Amino acid sequence: MEVKEFEIWWKIPFKHSAGLHATKFFEGLKDGKILGVRCERCGRVLVPPRAFCERCHVETNDWVEVSDEGVVETLTVTYMKFTGLPDPPYAIGVVKLDGADTGMLCFLGGVDLSEWRKVHETFKPGTRVKAVWKEEREGKITDILYFEPLK
Amino acid sequence: MSVAVVGFGQTHFRTKRKDKTHPEIAFEAVNAALEHAGLELKDIEAVAYGSMDPFDGIYCPERWDATACSLEKPMMKISTGGTTGMTTALAAYEHVASGLFDLVMAVCVQRVGECVDAQPVLNTAVDPIYERHSGLGAIHIASFQATAYMEKYGATEEDLAWVSVKDHKNALKNPYAHIKMDLGVDDVLKSRVVCSPLKLLECCPRSDGAAAVIFASEDLAKKIRDNPAWIVAETTISDSYYLGDRLSFAEWDSLAIAGRRLFRDAGIENPVKDIDVAELYSPFTIQEILELEALGFAEKGRGKELAREGVTFIDGDMPTNPSGGVLCTNPIGATGLVRFGEAALQVMGEAVNQVDGAEVALAHAWGGTLQFHTLAVLSSKKKLG
Repeated sequence: MEVKEFEIWWKIPFKHSAGLHATKFFEGLKDGKILGVRCERCGRVLVPPRAFCERCHVETNDWVEVSDEGVVETLTVTYMKFTGLPDPPYAIGVVKLDGADTGMLCFLGGVDLSEWRKVHETFKPGTRVKAVWKEEREGKITDILYFEPLK
Repeated sequence: MSVAVVGFGQTHFRTKRKDKTHPEIAFEAVNAALEHAGLELKDIEAVAYGSMDPFDGIYCPERWDATACSLEKPMMKISTGGTTGMTTALAAYEHVASGLFDLVMAVCVQRVGECVDAQPVLNTAVDPIYERHSGLGAIHIASFQATAYMEKYGATEEDLAWVSVKDHKNALKNPYAHIKMDLGVDDVLKSRVVCSPLKLLECCPRSDGAAAVIFASEDLAKKIRDNPAWIVAETTISDSYYLGDRLSFAEWDSLAIAGRRLFRDAGIENPVKDIDVAELYSPFTIQEILELEALGFAEKGRGKELAREGVTFIDGDMPTNPSGGVLCTNPIGATGLVRFGEAALQVMGEAVNQVDGAEVALAHAWGGTLQFHTLAVLSSKKKLG
C-alpha cells in the first residue's frame, strides 16, 4: 500500500524591527560609511553595531566610523543550491574591518569562484580585502556587494 | 541526589519514516525505552520533551506527541537548536536530581526528512537584520571552522576525511543508523564539494526518528536494573549570537570552558585516561577534531591526527562515536538524546558497538550557530575515582 503524503508550505510574512542602532548603521551605509559602537567598559568596537555589549552587559552609545578595508578571518564557497538561498557558486566569509574588534559576515567576490582551492588561496585567512559598494545605495546590508582582495 | 539512566530507546532512523506519523514515531521510541527499563508508561511521573519545531513544519509538535508520551502527566518542552536532545535529557535529569520526581522520561522527536531542504530552515536561525542575507546555514559555519583550522594548523583534506571513514565504518554495524556506506578515504575526497572545503560525505544527512531516555532516583534505579548508567556530572554553556563576535574559528573556546567545568565537577583530571568512550555531536568531520581538542583529548592542532592514526576508531585508545555518530544519523532535535542514550548503553555494557570494558562515557551536543554546548559524563559507578 502506497503511503499518502500531503505537501504543506510555510510562506508567512514577518516584519523584523532593526531597532535604533542598526537603523543608524544602515543610514551610514547609504552615505558609504561603516559605523560601529565602542563599549565604554571593555573598549571593544562592535561592527555591525549592537545597542549593548553582551560581555559587559552595558549600553553602547559611543559611535565610531571604521574602515571599509579589513582582513579575512575565514571563508567558504558554496556549490550546492539550497531552497531560497543564493544561487551557487557564492563565497561568504567573516571580515574584521580595520578599527573593529568583531568580524562581519559578508560576500567575497571579484574573482572566478569555479575552483574552490583557488578562491581559498586568493582569500586565505589573513588576506587584506576592501569593500565593493553598490552604486545606488539603499541603506541595506546589501549596499556592500562584496569584499575583494586589496590590490 | 544520584540519578541514573535506567532505559533508552530509539527508532530506526531513515531519510523518511513514511510508515508513521509524528506521534507514532514518538510511540515507537517511548515503548523501546520502557521495554529496556522493564517499565510501563503509567510508572513515568513526568516528561521532558524536545524538538526543533520548524524542521518538521509543525509548530508545537509536543501537542501531537503528548498523546504518545505524557497524557495527564507534567510535561515541559525544550528547544535549543542542535543541543535540544541533550538539554532535554538534562531537564529530565534535573527533575529527578532536584528530588521533585523519582522517574522522569526525556523524549525527543524530529522529522528533518519531511523538510525538503533543511538549510533554509537553519538560515532562519540566523540574525535577520545583519546576517541572514548571506544564506548562512549549518554547513557554511562548519566550513568556516574547517577553513580556519586547516590554515592555522596545516590540516589536510585527508585528515578530515578519516573522521568520515571512521564514523561510517561504525554506522555499518549499528542497526538504527541512517547512512550505511563502506567508505575509503578516496570516496570521501572524491565526493562533491558542498561548501568548501567540506564535501558531501563529510556532512550529515537529514534524518527522521525519535529517542527516549528514562531517569530514575538512586534507590529506584538500583531496583530497576543492576547496571544503571549514573550521571556523574553535566553542564551547558551559551556563547555569542553573532558569528563575527567569535573570531577563533580554529578553536572551540566555549566548549573548552564547558569541558573544564564538566571535568572539575566529575573529578576528571586527565580526560584521555579517565574517559573510555565519547559520543560527540559532529555532523561535519571538522567538528569532531575541534571537539577533541577543546575537550582536552588532543593538544591544539593535534586533533587532526587522531582518526588518521586510528586512535578514535572503536579499537583505538579513545573511541569516538561508536554508534556512527551524527555524521551518519541526524534527526537534529533528537540527535543529542541519542548521544546521551548511546553513552548510557556503553557504560551499561549493552551497546551494539560496545567499547570493551567502558566504565566512563562522555556525551556532547552543540547547537545554534556554534552557540550552545551541552555535556555529560555517565558511568557504571556513581562517583569516579
